[in-house]
Amino acid sequence: MRAIESFEVPAPPKVNYINAQYGLKSWLLTKDHKRIALLYLGSITFFFFIGGLYAMMIRLELLTPQGDLLQSTTYNKVFTQHGIIMVFFFLIPSIPATLGNFLIPMMIGAKDLAFPRINLLSWYIYLLGGVVTIYALLAGGVDTGWTFYTPFSTTFSNSYVVATGLGIFINGFSSILTGLNFIVTIHTMRAPGMTWFRMPLFCWSLYATSLVMVLGTPVIAITILLLAFERVSRVGIFDPGLGGDPVLFQHLFWFYSHPAVYIMVLPSMGVISELVANFSRKNIFGYSFVAFSSLAIAVFGFLVWGHHLFVTPQSIYAGMIFSFLSFAVAIPSAIKVFNWTATLYKSSISYDTPMLYALGFIGLFTIGGMTGLFLASLAVDVHLSDTYFVVAHFHYIMVGGALMGYLGGLHYWWPKISGRMYPEGWGRFSALVIFVGFNLTFLPQFVAGYLGMPRRYHAYPPEFQVFNVLSTAGASILGFGMLIPAIYFVWSMRYGKHADANPWHLPGLEWRTPSPPPTENFEVTPIVTWDAYEFAPREETEVVGKFRPELERT
Amino acid sequence: MQSWIPLVPDSASTFSWKVDALYFYLSGITLFFTLLISGVLIFFVIRYRRRTPYEIPRPVAGSHKLETIWTVIPFLIAMTMFGWGARVYFDQYKPPTNAIEVYVVGKQWMWKLQHATGQREINELHVPVGRKVKLIMTSEDVIHDFFVPAFRTKADVVPGRYTTMWFEPTTPGTYHLFCAEYCGMNHSGMTGSIIVMEPREFDNWLSGNIGATTPAAAGQQLFQTLGCASCHGANGEGGRGPTLAGAFGKMTPLQSGETVRVDEGYIRESILNPQAKIVAGFGPIMPTFQGQVSEDQLVQLVAFIKSLRATGQTPATAASPAQTASPGTAPSPTRNVR
Repeated sequence: MRAIESFEVPAPPKVNYINAQYGLKSWLLTKDHKRIALLYLGSITFFFFIGGLYAMMIRLELLTPQGDLLQSTTYNKVFTQHGIIMVFFFLIPSIPATLGNFLIPMMIGAKDLAFPRINLLSWYIYLLGGVVTIYALLAGGVDTGWTFYTPFSTTFSNSYVVATGLGIFINGFSSILTGLNFIVTIHTMRAPGMTWFRMPLFCWSLYATSLVMVLGTPVIAITILLLAFERVSRVGIFDPGLGGDPVLFQHLFWFYSHPAVYIMVLPSMGVISELVANFSRKNIFGYSFVAFSSLAIAVFGFLVWGHHLFVTPQSIYAGMIFSFLSFAVAIPSAIKVFNWTATLYKSSISYDTPMLYALGFIGLFTIGGMTGLFLASLAVDVHLSDTYFVVAHFHYIMVGGALMGYLGGLHYWWPKISGRMYPEGWGRFSALVIFVGFNLTFLPQFVAGYLGMPRRYHAYPPEFQVFNVLSTAGASILGFGMLIPAIYFVWSMRYGKHADANPWHLPGLEWRTPSPPPTENFEVTPIVTWDAYEFAPREETEVVGKFRPELERT
Repeated sequence: MQSWIPLVPDSASTFSWKVDALYFYLSGITLFFTLLISGVLIFFVIRYRRRTPYEIPRPVAGSHKLETIWTVIPFLIAMTMFGWGARVYFDQYKPPTNAIEVYVVGKQWMWKLQHATGQREINELHVPVGRKVKLIMTSEDVIHDFFVPAFRTKADVVPGRYTTMWFEPTTPGTYHLFCAEYCGMNHSGMTGSIIVMEPREFDNWLSGNIGATTPAAAGQQLFQTLGCASCHGANGEGGRGPTLAGAFGKMTPLQSGETVRVDEGYIRESILNPQAKIVAGFGPIMPTFQGQVSEDQLVQLVAFIKSLRATGQTPATAASPAQTASPGTAPSPTRNVR
């Protein structure tokens, strides 16, 4: 039987992007998007484990109702720093700066991003932002909550607000530059024949993400500047004691930070589209609906910030409009879920680790999205806002959604990135452990939230303890599950089985070049004559380049 | 009262069942879609598992009909959630007309409350069953949030302005009061109790606490000592400054040509920042009292000005709670004393 496997792929080359040059300097001064992706991968993993450490401290403290493990000031710093590190230094750069950086040029058949030097610059800016933030944490930390609400942050907090803000401010520019780079690359660097509607959906979702990064991030930069200005110079902007308006800050903050949720989850949706199609060997159902729903989310995402302000003195009519728009923004996400599910119909589903993450994502994201409707619904949000229900909801989106997508994508492209296979058995096992641990951590928090447990509480009434014990137990399982991939990815870099160019037998451009790829990605510029996810190309013989699939339909 | 339905908090206000009903509706829809999606996923994953390593399924183009169905139906369902939620929210924010008023001042990390009849409470609030209670709230420092899970309502307490919330308790008992907006070091200690009592017990409680000066009476004293009376008249009858008696709750024209409703927020602003909204026909001669009056004193001044009747008679002259019915608000709770 002539099989998929038989398509001719370049022999493993002696020289690839990893061994093309040696020495620290060759990495620190590289302009190769793949190497920069690895630099990012290392740095965000570092921040992920710091953020994870804080998460474990939170869960340990909340095991008992009394605030007995940490002092309240310490606890307040711990949850603040957990949020800041995870949001700004892990989730926002996670998929775009690592997988996006690595894959966008490869998926569209380009040699690199449009601005390789700016790409390297963005990593250095990220690093500088990270160093400044870590300085702030070591110098004494920050206790304002990751939301920096005024006037607490500008007038009352005695912690390192300005230094932390500066770190986030600097970090924002790396986000803007990455977004800009992706937009220009996707517009101008597509290989011959790679039309917009032949692009993998991962590129569409990162294009939408980049728009949000470029348009939204300047607003948080301005907001942080105003905050620092008021804190340092005592000019009244937000503090009513100085003549300012504290709710204005919340409008400005959420004008960025709500779209930022989509910066975190849109790339993950892109990964899931790839995984669902590729691991079921089926073209995605309703390609254009999935593609445009990403853009719809990016646009609508800018119009819903006021749903964070339903219990502030915001006008009730504004509240109603924001509620309506928040329900509207849920629809494109629902469309994606239905299309992914429909893709699986009469497909050929493998149970490889990336697919397990994708299936987990769809289930968890459905719960995360549906519980978002509780919070969009005005009267219920009044009861639920600032409770553990909100905490559970956004962790379903950010961990169940964004992080599952990131891990799924990392497993999927690991053979391409590293040239090695990860151990499949351990992969499936850890995916299962993470899924169970995650649900055990956050499902009980929905209940605790509706029962009225407020978030950011260092000590809590004893009737909530049972939910917190479950949550802490789940977090321990989740933390353990996260360590497994960390260990086997590192292990596989040296001991893993060598991956061939196309270990999953897929048609995407990134699989038509060796693993790991050469510095220039493709030996010959590819000419694209097939649609995304076209497992049985219509014009097999016309394919130019070395790809001559002699596929067999079954 | 512990709810008979599991995983739902105590229900003790008229909002409780309205919010719970919507919550159950949302939970039902969530459960339905979660089970639907995961059921279909599991079925497909088993039914269409890869049977031979190299099989390629037949591609499917997609279907506009299906896309339309799963766009329109979720949208319609979402609109029912929106409409229902907005309806109940509107009720929660529509200020009640005849309510007991309680002034709330939040500060790091305690709640100071004062009844219109003068009784002061710290981290505790006694309220009767079956009466609407309106809270007029502000903060001395950072943003706090007055949250009573058993009443299914909360509202931010914001420095520099008054926010209001209301509820009507239905079931006697003691319920949690939480600060729900993170406010610094001892945020989780900024808690207290709401004690809902039968009306007769509540009246007993009120009369057991007389002797306290009502906010309006204290405000009258301040009105004299701060010199307000020299321009606004001892009983708010006006002079070089605008007439205050009977002004509360009415629209008043401004120098700028706009009109503004005289409410708690406007009175407060005019004391702290008198030049912001000058009443038509008056000059910008009033000095600011920023820094000279505390939030407590502001509340008292506001209460006094609210109590001024157009006749020029002030009802807030004595300490007795029985004499402090404010115009435009509820008959004083103490009128129920028999």
